[in-house]
Amino acid sequence: MITPKPAQLQPRYDVVVVGGGPAGLAAAVGARESGAERVLVIDREPEAGGILQQCIHPGFGLHHFGEELTGPEYAQRAIEQTLERDVDVLSSAYVLDVASDRRLKVTSRDHGVAFLDAGAVVLAMGARERTRGAIRIPGERPAGVMTAGFAQKLVNLGGMLPGRRAVILGSGDIGLIMARRLVLEGVEVEGVYELMPHANGLNRNLVQCLHDYDIPLHLSTTVVHIDGRERVEKVTVAPVDEAYRPNMAKARDIACDTLLVSIGLIPDNELAHRLGLRLDPVTTGPVVTSTMETTRDGVFACGNVVHIHDLVDYVSQESELAGRGAGAYATGTPTPPDNVRLTPGENVRYCVPPTITTDREHTVYMRVTKPMAPCTLHLGDVYKRPLRYVFPGEMVTLKVRPRFLEGFHGGSLPVSIVPREEGGSA
Amino acid sequence: MRYDVAVIGGGVIGCAIARELSRYHLRAVVIERECEVGLGTSKANSGIIHAGHHGAEGSLKGELEWRGNQMWDALADDLHFGFKRVGDLTCAFDEDQRATLRQIMEQGKRRGVPGLELWGPERIRREEPHLSHDIVEALYAPTAGVVNPYEACFMLAESAVRNGVDLALERTVVGIRPSEKGFEIAAVVGDDATPELIKARFVVDAAGLHADAIADMVEAGGFRIRARKGEEYLLDKRLVGYVKRVIFPCPTPTSKGILVIPTYDGTLMVGPTATWADKDDLATTAEGSAEVFAGARKLAPGISEKDCIAEFAGLRAVSDTEEFILGPSRVAGFVLAAGMQSPALTAAPAVATVVLDALRDDGLELVAKDDFEPGVPAPVRFAELSSAEQRSLVARDPAYARLVCRCEIVTEGEVRDAIDRGARTLDGIKFRTRAGMGRCQGGFCTWGCMELLHERLGIPLTAVTKRGGDSYVAIPRLEGAA
Repeated sequence: MITPKPAQLQPRYDVVVVGGGPAGLAAAVGARESGAERVLVIDREPEAGGILQQCIHPGFGLHHFGEELTGPEYAQRAIEQTLERDVDVLSSAYVLDVASDRRLKVTSRDHGVAFLDAGAVVLAMGARERTRGAIRIPGERPAGVMTAGFAQKLVNLGGMLPGRRAVILGSGDIGLIMARRLVLEGVEVEGVYELMPHANGLNRNLVQCLHDYDIPLHLSTTVVHIDGRERVEKVTVAPVDEAYRPNMAKARDIACDTLLVSIGLIPDNELAHRLGLRLDPVTTGPVVTSTMETTRDGVFACGNVVHIHDLVDYVSQESELAGRGAGAYATGTPTPPDNVRLTPGENVRYCVPPTITTDREHTVYMRVTKPMAPCTLHLGDVYKRPLRYVFPGEMVTLKVRPRFLEGFHGGSLPVSIVPREEGGSA
Repeated sequence: MRYDVAVIGGGVIGCAIARELSRYHLRAVVIERECEVGLGTSKANSGIIHAGHHGAEGSLKGELEWRGNQMWDALADDLHFGFKRVGDLTCAFDEDQRATLRQIMEQGKRRGVPGLELWGPERIRREEPHLSHDIVEALYAPTAGVVNPYEACFMLAESAVRNGVDLALERTVVGIRPSEKGFEIAAVVGDDATPELIKARFVVDAAGLHADAIADMVEAGGFRIRARKGEEYLLDKRLVGYVKRVIFPCPTPTSKGILVIPTYDGTLMVGPTATWADKDDLATTAEGSAEVFAGARKLAPGISEKDCIAEFAGLRAVSDTEEFILGPSRVAGFVLAAGMQSPALTAAPAVATVVLDALRDDGLELVAKDDFEPGVPAPVRFAELSSAEQRSLVARDPAYARLVCRCEIVTEGEVRDAIDRGARTLDGIKFRTRAGMGRCQGGFCTWGCMELLHERLGIPLTAVTKRGGDSYVAIPRLEGAA
């Protein structure tokens, strides 16, 4: 794998992208395509590519590259796209701070502590996993309780195993992928437990990772206690009621040495906090415009920093857009500001971007709160589309074309997803 | 090995005693069953240096709290652990509690605790705007502080070792026999069947929860230590600065209650509970969590479970009388430092001087060394340096340019230094550098810390543990797997 480093850091770049995962790499491509000359990607790892490098399973790239790739293959494609466009990549580096005048403080082994000025900045640091502490599982604190993503790194990059017999809490995609991965490595996976009455991962992962390997999925069930002084010895699981209160009368113990938690991702927003960006309490990422610009001029954000995506392909698409916005900003190309607000209505948790324009096409990503099938997506009363089903683990994407809004003169459009009678017209 | 003094227990009390002993010409050893010092009760507590006005008049706890309180500034100057005097506020919600505040204030004043003030609602709202508006009055004590207790243990032990004290880690004392020249201590190392014999003229029992069993080995006891569990919950950095002082409810005769603590590093901690428990029960509970957050919300209504990033439980070593059991025992040469519950952390430096007095009274010669070195080198804290300092540091040693922990901004150089100064485990690194203590709870930095332990200690990655024993993080791939 080739990740050239810049021979020397320039004091000023048109666009600096923080994060060299799929979001940052795509943003760099977008920035170059919109006319930015000098583009730098700063990545914390020795090799760019982000978390994709530990995702050795297939299933990536069908939408973006039109073929099925593994994570490292997808990463390699993305890296090559940036290198073809003369983007500088600074690896093993870390952005300590971004000031509001877009001066970045960077530390790296090769260049020490340095300051760079950027015409525009793109935040593409990805997400981190929620941990045991976030949901306060009672019990002791032995080794052997870890996030599914950390276990993935242990197995796929470290050539080690997290343990011999595992229980998985949470049906997020990484947990499902790791259930299969551990079984392939000879680890016994006792089962996957999910607090919600529905799974949280992609449907295809439920089928390909659990059903195909006879790993049971227990819905509306959670881990209520962890035992073990040094290493996990057992966990206790119990079913929960509608208010997620465990029924301890039906609790049962499971002997195991490992508990993987796959209970969701949170946008990584240390720098957003430092910059004082306005954050959305639902996504916990920065509030962005339709060009992915944050509440700070010239600072853009994309990928899992903004909201948690289901497929990397959408990360790439959204991030190219952010890169194009950053490039346009840095080169002084004006973009018409947003003039329509999308308001989440029934069964819509959020829309990204939350505001759009009437002059061009937009892709809007949204998440639902509960499964529904069949149903109809309503964009105010200007547009509606039938959907076979919606599922909290999968994003809903909506292309909003200017013609939908031809007769619309208001400022705010509610977006809702409502049940549809079987056989009825949409 | 033959020593003048063996200190059994490497908690904050044992470490403080060891460091006091290291001032003198004598051979001393600290015997600790964990793989590093300070990993028991000392690590898992509220980290408060109490103001000095809490303990009842005439009680040993009360007197030593105030004496110990005044010794922490000098210790922190020498040993560079996290300590600052942030002050505390004890809050009253009704007339009865106001009367209690006055009583505590008078008690503190008579003891000589300076700066005690009663604040009315306006002052409270100005100084601590996030506290409940139902608080009618609060007692302010500027002498209260917060400390990183594990750092204090590490640094006290390091100072003692630099001045000649031995650390005998991972040794569980299974028997003590009086001998002609003092005591023979049998200590089991790991899984070995034959214990190692450690000979010492004097023994200090600072064995925390097990001080009763240790004392019984030479029939110096006759007291019982029970474990009272305290659960604590750490909150996200989002709430840094939410309160500036340690916030107490009005105490009851049995408990200081649920507190809101701005820890040394700024993040908030809420707790502790107080329930009887077995001596190995370190489990947090759903009930404890509910009690802590309800109690914290009573003081600061904006505190929410949603901000919790980690939780832990610690066990207080409580004697039958609830008082410290400190000083000579009925066996000559066997000195007790037992029943060390709150305010034992505050009192620790004073406890150490009391123990040394008792040893002297029992016949230990204390001849001061000329070459006692009170200080230890200050650890590098990259995140706290100015940009100019960071640049010159990194130019000198590029290991400080690579980040290992991004939540708390900890560099490879700092982790390496921690290992070189005694960290043997992930917890040892965490409690020295904060790597793994932030909002991602080690999700990112565990890998880097494992690699550095592997490199510096020459152990396989699969031998890296969270805190010794069987607390391994990973195992090798299974034979014959796909």
